[in-house]
Amino acid sequence: MLEFGIRIPRYWRGKPFRYRLEGFRCEECGEFHFSPRLVCRKCGGKRLRRDKLSERGRLICYTVVKSASPSFEAYTPYIVGLIQTEDGTMIVGQLTDCDPEELHEGMDVEATIRRLQTDGESRLIAYGYKFRPAIQRP
Amino acid sequence: MPQIRDAAIHGYGGYVPRLRIKATEIARIWGKESGEVPIKEKAVAAIDEDAITMAIEASRYAIRRAGIDAARIGAVHVGTESKPYAVKPSGTIVAEALGIGSNITSADYEFACKAGTEAMQSIIAMVSARRIEYGLAIGSDTAQGRPGDALEYTAASGAAALVIGRETRDAIARFEYSVTYVTDTPDFWRRSYERFPMHTSRFTGEPAYFKHTITAVKNLLAENGYSINDFDYFIFHQPNVKFPLTAAKILSIPLAKVEPGIVSDVVGNTYAACSMLGLVKVLDIAKPGQRILMTSFGSGAGSDSFVITVGEGIEEKRERAPPLAAFFSRKKTIDYGMYLKMRDKIRV
Ligand SMILES: [Zn+2]
Repeated sequence: MLEFGIRIPRYWRGKPFRYRLEGFRCEECGEFHFSPRLVCRKCGGKRLRRDKLSERGRLICYTVVKSASPSFEAYTPYIVGLIQTEDGTMIVGQLTDCDPEELHEGMDVEATIRRLQTDGESRLIAYGYKFRPAIQRP
Repeated sequence: MPQIRDAAIHGYGGYVPRLRIKATEIARIWGKESGEVPIKEKAVAAIDEDAITMAIEASRYAIRRAGIDAARIGAVHVGTESKPYAVKPSGTIVAEALGIGSNITSADYEFACKAGTEAMQSIIAMVSARRIEYGLAIGSDTAQGRPGDALEYTAASGAAALVIGRETRDAIARFEYSVTYVTDTPDFWRRSYERFPMHTSRFTGEPAYFKHTITAVKNLLAENGYSINDFDYFIFHQPNVKFPLTAAKILSIPLAKVEPGIVSDVVGNTYAACSMLGLVKVLDIAKPGQRILMTSFGSGAGSDSFVITVGEGIEEKRERAPPLAAFFSRKKTIDYGMYLKMRDKIRV
């Protein structure tokens, strides 16, 4: 049996959010959940509907990761940011297509899809959202 | 085969990664004269990009321009010679990432640099036959050249995508005719399990690129009674800058009709995406009523030639996504060491 660094079933179940920022929003308090839930973690409400976060947002803060776990080593240094999407939801995600010196608080970012990691032995690729500086018209 | 019935471009999208390496930097490493390099610089996919992520980028823009619900797309066909998996379709990942439904046909096409227009051919046919309402035809490659090989100067990364559906008044452009010309030619190949392609300089120019490109164009003109004067733009596959310009010269095409579709000078040869990116660049400026002749070339070898007439929908729809020029100006130049890291050429 191969050992998988990526937990494949969990990765597979997480596709709606990792690929398309789709999750579930509480009808009562508006809290967004990244995975299916029966009960809102914030208010305990039981009415949750499918929702999709905006693919655009602004950068709140960020940090540069220089030493990472083995499955992310090939990507160092990389940037992890806290992003507030246009609908007001806060999410953590990697930033790509930029260097730290280009970043500033409040800058416009947009979601894209990139490789998150490659499993060491099976070579399965995990794809998912990352944010990048919004593409500007020349 | 020539006439295409009821198939039109409703959305188009191009994507070029942010990193560039100058051809003179590659020449520096191998001790070559910097005056001899075939292009200025080439686009390099970042370490977290591959043919699938770039296909998604280009397709996202194509769908946005089309202004349709992605669920109406009935086929996702991807042309690439650098698919990340030897076995596992690229199109299903593209489809899920973009919210396209599961009742679709999806396949990866391989025909060296012609794979993208091969995907176009199949989507056009499915739309014409009314099997699907809309389909996505994608060309995407992270082309690799062996370090030190002549191809290393030009083998680049990029993607282009078209949403193709039936003809409507608000379509971006209409397909009119297509001719394909293929032969068994030993100009370029890569065997299974090999990382880099082989090529023969004996066959690269005359017997491969020029023979197929020019025969496809001439056959198309002869079959349909068009002349060079009937077209406003000519788009060719661009393994470098010289080849498309030479093809134009052989066919007596004015330079001014070829230059708008040239992308290889600043992006390189993006293989399956190459002639499609030329089309994207032309659609960024074309006007309703103008006529485009687009001809791909893929080693092995063959060419698809298409007559495309620009429609009324272009003015409004092209504004819905960034123009290709936005990706030309968004760039960061890297050195050879960083290039090796980004393209996974360091193996320990
Ligand atoms: Zn709640």
